Amino acid sequence: MPLIRLQDIWRSYQMAAETVHALRGVSLSIERGEYVAIMGPSGSGKSTMMNLLGCLDTPTSGTYELNGTDVSHRDDNELAEIRNREIGFVFQTFNLLARATALRNVELPMVYAGVSPDERREKALVALAAVGLADRVDHRPNELSGGQRQRVAVARALVNSPSILLADEPTGNLDSKTGVEILALFDELASKGNTIIVVTHEEKVALHSRRIVRILDGNIASDEQVRRVEGRESRFEGKPAPDPSA
Amino acid sequence: MAMVALAAHKLRSALTLVGVTVGVFSIILVMTVMRGLQQNIESELSGLGANTFTIEKWPAINFEGPSGWERFRRRKNLSYQHWQALREQATRARSVAAEAPFAMGEVASRFERSNPDVAVNGVTPETFLARNWLVEAGRALLPGDLDGSRNVCVLGNTIMKKLFPQGGALRETVKFSGVNYQIVGYLEPKGGFGGQAQDNFILIPITTGLNRFGGAQWRSLTLYVQTHNQDEMEDTVEQVRGVLRKVRKVPPGEVDDFEISSNDSLIQQFRDLTLAVRVGVAVVSSIALLAAGIGIMNIMLVSVTERTREIGIRRAIGAKKRNILTQFIMEAVVICEVGGLIGVILGVAGGNAGAYYLKLPPVFPVDWAIIGLAICSVVGIVFGTYPAIKAANLDPVESLRYE
Repeated sequence: MPLIRLQDIWRSYQMAAETVHALRGVSLSIERGEYVAIMGPSGSGKSTMMNLLGCLDTPTSGTYELNGTDVSHRDDNELAEIRNREIGFVFQTFNLLARATALRNVELPMVYAGVSPDERREKALVALAAVGLADRVDHRPNELSGGQRQRVAVARALVNSPSILLADEPTGNLDSKTGVEILALFDELASKGNTIIVVTHEEKVALHSRRIVRILDGNIASDEQVRRVEGRESRFEGKPAPDPSA
Repeated sequence: MAMVALAAHKLRSALTLVGVTVGVFSIILVMTVMRGLQQNIESELSGLGANTFTIEKWPAINFEGPSGWERFRRRKNLSYQHWQALREQATRARSVAAEAPFAMGEVASRFERSNPDVAVNGVTPETFLARNWLVEAGRALLPGDLDGSRNVCVLGNTIMKKLFPQGGALRETVKFSGVNYQIVGYLEPKGGFGGQAQDNFILIPITTGLNRFGGAQWRSLTLYVQTHNQDEMEDTVEQVRGVLRKVRKVPPGEVDDFEISSNDSLIQQFRDLTLAVRVGVAVVSSIALLAAGIGIMNIMLVSVTERTREIGIRRAIGAKKRNILTQFIMEAVVICEVGGLIGVILGVAGGNAGAYYLKLPPVFPVDWAIIGLAICSVVGIVFGTYPAIKAANLDPVESLRYE
């Protein structure tokens, strides 16, 4: 059973008089432990895709099964619970709470999950240590570098042990060196068995993944595995991905 | 969490607080002063023994203005004969006492002399009971002291200590305006406040006083009637009224030409008198709190807009609508509570400063402090709810994208 199964997903927006179809019948399967990049130019529907995958939005039609349960028609509260439990977000602009320390930021998802304060603190410290920020727990975001902020965001995303790490242009606001560090962190997380979905328009970022899904005009244009060459990543194999309905 | 948000906008929060502070301050200030006044009146009244009411020529509070005073002035005095008549005919009463202030001046013992502010009061044996005076040493005045108009006295505790610093007051004499009075006893301290003025008196038999200081014609006594228990109060009052009307020859249909008052009735009069003030304060404070509430709503709406992104982040990582709702309502409540707390502190401080100025005992109106803070919470909830609903209903996708 795939972790994620999208079947004939449509997402339409009512803009004034006309209906805009952001997604036009997308079908996609992602297995547990995969590291997938979703690529596409702006306006392609990849943001809509990410919102749907992240349960921030629901499809106009079609079904989205996450972990074997249909989440395409849940109400607001249920979606919030699913996001809290199943999905860890990493954003381009980090999206940390500016007035809270790194520790408080990482604790936040557990606050909404109803974890006790002691356990919260303990788990947050472990998560921060795992991204190499054990000595920065009491710093506020404005006292941290961009790379450190994104690490805090990653720690926050992972602290509730979600099914998916969903990253939206995670290196978009970082210089190339720090970007590489974050991507290395993602590689490490992927190698530990985390399911990672990165939405990006940067080829270099996408090449870190094992599978690239390209979206164009609300549809999947291509879906390919990345071949890994010893010592460096490059070129993809060009082999079609497994049939999503399979 | 709410405190963090408050601390982040110190000036804004402070300005918002002011409205609430002013509203609560005014409530607490007035209530503190009122409470002080009331306690003062009650503590003076509690000088009366249990189940006791007083009869006087003058009312405690005149509601009729200058013409009222004129009418009261024309009344017959309460005389020694009235007291005697009551004592014989008011059968329901447990005791009937009389008291009259005769003079004020300097009292001297062998050792010391007092300031010229010692009251010389004429009393009857029953007065000790009615006034709740307890004899510490020696004895109270007895009927024989009255019958013989003897020159004996009982000292208040303060004056006893002043005149006999080494003790041993019994069987000594004190001299007041040239006459020696033998001390037969002195009282336990009453524990008055503000210099123990309550104990600064000497008590002599009322007959002695009337003989010596005169004025039997123009002096009006205060009579104290004690009943057997609270239930008999009303009946006793009626009987006393009947007896007094008879001996004072008040024609049927005329109003009483004397005033009967008990602790309860005096406190009630005070409450009625201050009701208008309290209602006025309540109205003004309500308006202040309404304005403060609107200010809070305004600032919360700004805050929601400013923190749209934060709301988006919280929603993305799993906050439900009601989490956001509670967070913003809590912030409004905390603003109100902090403002209210400051208001309570300032109000109690200001009220007690006023009380000090009026020489009243310090008070802390706990009930009003709690009511004030409860009102603050209500204001916070009422005016914080709309902004909080707005915050909770923001679309997570939209608010994450908000710049």
